[in-house]
Amino acid sequence: MKSFTYEKANSPAAAASAAVRTTNAKFIAGGTNLLDLMKLEIETPAHLIDVNGLGFDKIEPTPEGGLCIGALVRNTTLAADERVRRDYGLLSRALLAGASGQLRNKATTAGNLLQRTRCPYFYDTNQPCNKRNPGSGCAAIGGVTRQHAVIGSSDACIATHPSDMAIAMRALDASVQTVRSDGTTRNIPIADLHRLPGDTPHIETTLAAGELITSVTLPKPVGGTHIYRKVRDRASYAFALVSVGAIVQRDGTGRVAVGGIAHKPWRVEAAEAEMQRGAKAVASRLLDGARPTRDNAFKLALVERTLAAVLTDAKG
Amino acid sequence: MKFDTPATTNPIDQLKIIGHATSRIDGPLKTTGRATYAYEWHDVVSSPAYGYIVGAAIAKGRIASMDLSRAKVAPGVIAIVTAENAGKLGKGNYNTAKLLGGPEIDHYHQAVAVVVAETFEQARAAAQLVQVSYSATTGAFDLSAGRDGAAKPRGRGDDQPDTSVGDFPGAFAAAPVQLDATYTTPDQAHAMMEPHASMVAWDDDKLTLWTSNQMIAWTTGDVAKTLGLPKDNVRLISPFIGGGFGGKLFLRSDAILAALGARAANRPVKVAMQRPLMFNNTTHRPATIQRIRIGADRDGKITAIGHESWSGNLPEGRPETAVQQTRLLYAGENRMTALRLAMLDLPEGNAMRAPGEAPGMMALEIAMDEMAERLNLDPVEFRARNDTQVDPEHPSRPFSQRQLVACMKTGAERFGWSARNAEPGKRREGRWLVGMGMAAAFRNNLLMKSGARVRLDRSGTVTVETDMTDIGTGSYTIIAQTAAEMMGLPLEKVVVRLGDSSFPVSAGSGGQFGANNSTSGVYAACVKLREAVAQKLGFNSADVAFLDGQVSSGNRSVPLGQAASDSELMAEDSIEYGDLAKTHQQSTFGAHFVELGVDVATAEIRVRRMLAVCAAGRVLNPKTARSQVIGAMTMGVGAALMEELAVDKRTGFFVNHDLAGYEVPVHADIPHQDTIFLDETDPMSSPMKAKGIGELGLCGVAAALANAIYNATGIRVRDYPITLDKLLHRMPDT
Repeated sequence: MKSFTYEKANSPAAAASAAVRTTNAKFIAGGTNLLDLMKLEIETPAHLIDVNGLGFDKIEPTPEGGLCIGALVRNTTLAADERVRRDYGLLSRALLAGASGQLRNKATTAGNLLQRTRCPYFYDTNQPCNKRNPGSGCAAIGGVTRQHAVIGSSDACIATHPSDMAIAMRALDASVQTVRSDGTTRNIPIADLHRLPGDTPHIETTLAAGELITSVTLPKPVGGTHIYRKVRDRASYAFALVSVGAIVQRDGTGRVAVGGIAHKPWRVEAAEAEMQRGAKAVASRLLDGARPTRDNAFKLALVERTLAAVLTDAKG
Repeated sequence: MKFDTPATTNPIDQLKIIGHATSRIDGPLKTTGRATYAYEWHDVVSSPAYGYIVGAAIAKGRIASMDLSRAKVAPGVIAIVTAENAGKLGKGNYNTAKLLGGPEIDHYHQAVAVVVAETFEQARAAAQLVQVSYSATTGAFDLSAGRDGAAKPRGRGDDQPDTSVGDFPGAFAAAPVQLDATYTTPDQAHAMMEPHASMVAWDDDKLTLWTSNQMIAWTTGDVAKTLGLPKDNVRLISPFIGGGFGGKLFLRSDAILAALGARAANRPVKVAMQRPLMFNNTTHRPATIQRIRIGADRDGKITAIGHESWSGNLPEGRPETAVQQTRLLYAGENRMTALRLAMLDLPEGNAMRAPGEAPGMMALEIAMDEMAERLNLDPVEFRARNDTQVDPEHPSRPFSQRQLVACMKTGAERFGWSARNAEPGKRREGRWLVGMGMAAAFRNNLLMKSGARVRLDRSGTVTVETDMTDIGTGSYTIIAQTAAEMMGLPLEKVVVRLGDSSFPVSAGSGGQFGANNSTSGVYAACVKLREAVAQKLGFNSADVAFLDGQVSSGNRSVPLGQAASDSELMAEDSIEYGDLAKTHQQSTFGAHFVELGVDVATAEIRVRRMLAVCAAGRVLNPKTARSQVIGAMTMGVGAALMEELAVDKRTGFFVNHDLAGYEVPVHADIPHQDTIFLDETDPMSSPMKAKGIGELGLCGVAAALANAIYNATGIRVRDYPITLDKLLHRMPDT
């Protein structure tokens, strides 16, 4: 771990402006991902801005009938919230499928969205990695890639986004509220938050330098049956090979977002038009253009089969 | 004490303390955090410096240059040791690759430097400033590519690379029912909870090493040999060990680097190996490719059985002896086994829990399931028809005890095996395809010399000292039970001190030989102490009884402590073995039964029930024995379903080198586990009449799962671990 300076921010705007004032600064909230990465010197911030004192720890109804979730609401709290469990079951289930109780107690809503890939080549600083060290190459391509992306990847990066929560947020059409270093705020639809790797896999989101997430807002509940199905080699405490987050209405229409297959939560609205025709039709649109490796080609079949099981479950 | 004739009745047979389900006597120390693990000797050395290991970034080649200038001036740095400034180092007897590499690099993450600083954080930060440039050369990293060029390894004792009885090729060719199949097992990591960790303090040219090690005498010797010291100058202390599984049988780099770091820093240094280094820096269980051929007549009698295994290792390394059990487990007049070893530049392969039999049984017991199906026989019945009570290679040599058939039949009865549908893929419950599988369990019983010292004080307390280790197995407890039984004391009147090189040399912990041999050593010492007590108290030692803290004969009874009223009484002895293991084959037996579900959509595998039935001599403590067996069953689930060191075959390293990438079972993976121990004593094994159990519980488990997966789905996977991607393309439509 490299030495770093530290400050505790007093206000969101102060935090955002401190982040651009100081070279190589990072926000820290739960720290469950950042600290690990710092110990391995995958992340080497020179300055940490602790945002834990900023409030943002409430879950409040919005005038539109949705929920506004403070950026610092812990995963445990969010998963257990009565309104979330009642109206956004997908979110609660996705949260509880991730990490461990201890980690969920610390991890925050915004931090969960911003966690970094678990690609083992990203984690080994002896290996080239365009995400960790831009321009150095990608050791994963041609290597051990069973866990890696099958769609939306590039010749520079085949990493996946590891979050379960983000899959639910994507299916629920959440939006992210931020404050920028000049004090202005903006609203980012979750679909626009995460980027595909392209030639710049180190740039993972559309957030500007110093831009701080203050809340995540869920629109009015859409009803339906909420299912989060996470498929993995062991029963708990593992990242998804594939996960399917679905909201299925009585008439068989609905929404699907998929985890474990791409650099961002993978949702193709056009594919959802096929929901009443079944999993095969949806998966074929959802995975159109997939470029799997030999190690992870099974994920294509796994998405379709998992989705089929989810649609069957949704019928009760 | 020489043990060269079968045991007769002795004080252990009273079973007042031995054989009882006693909780671990060291349990409270562990649950309250007072057991001192290697990194936790805070009271002994108050201000150690901290070492952090730098691992090689290439698998094979040379260090072209090393720039320490930035690291040297980093805050808190006291010293940096590399091969260049470490002085001349020898190599121990038990490690293949050097523990401090450079300029030649033998494997990925081989240590190339240790950075010593005032704090752990400073050492870690400075270690990342060590600049090493390498000149990499190509290496061999792929076992399947190296298979054809694999050579016949050197034999070792009875462990010969090739064995042959009768006419295997002829008998196999003539057999009306045949199987010829190839199985693979992956490289596996011990992945124990406590990493390798050491602290060293020098006093002139003597050193004390606090470490985490299963084999005190081996490692003391290897420390001395590596550092060029007389063995007497090395004191090794390792009373508590947070898991080993064979990964801590040997001297490893943490200990040597702590010693070199402490010498360079001129103060005590502690080194804990960082988790991401553990998978490539240390040893692992090597991958195997195994070809098994079995021929049988139509009645299910095996006429030919052949087992070949290929594994890889660094030059001078040993093969994984995966054919071992096939020489002994089933009858058959015509037999062959062969081991071949490919030179690979992966990290060093070495022992992991049940080396040989664990991967060997993973293959053989699938093959037996496949043969049973071809013969249209129940898998239990097929195995029973091929039972043998003698060593099949040497029919004049009987097994000392062999209750394999009883284990299988008892297990079948208790598990409800008769409910299994022999036709696979037929039982569906909701989203689950449900199957049952079984496998035999087999592991040899090894006899090793083992010593102990016992002291009696005036309060009637007996203290046992032996360099035996407790790797979480229960050694403290069974040793206390042994001494208590022998001396007629309650358990509370026995103190056990382990894991110190100043104590008599024991068998140590490995190869499931620890329990039987170390307690037999304690038995031997206690026999001597009983004689000394009797003599001291003026008894005729032939008819004296030790019971309830009293020593008595006829109508005279004296408190035991009285024998030490003026000074402590001490006795020391070892158990040594004669030819009983030559005249009788000593092995342990069992049967594993598994029921599991395979998700019809995703092919996720979830175990529902497990049962192990074991026949392994006297069970010294049913509670610690059960813990050993259920722990081994858990490890077997890992081997079957998830454990694999993933090799990057381009650059030659294990990619998934942390506990997120190398998955072992979590609680949610493990269902109800049952164990049954058949009533057995083995008078050929030792005065304790016990045998090993800690590895038996692993051997066969993974195959039982593989067979259950086949029974559930009709899909036969011969390539471990059996992950869902290997099933998915053949699963039925949902």
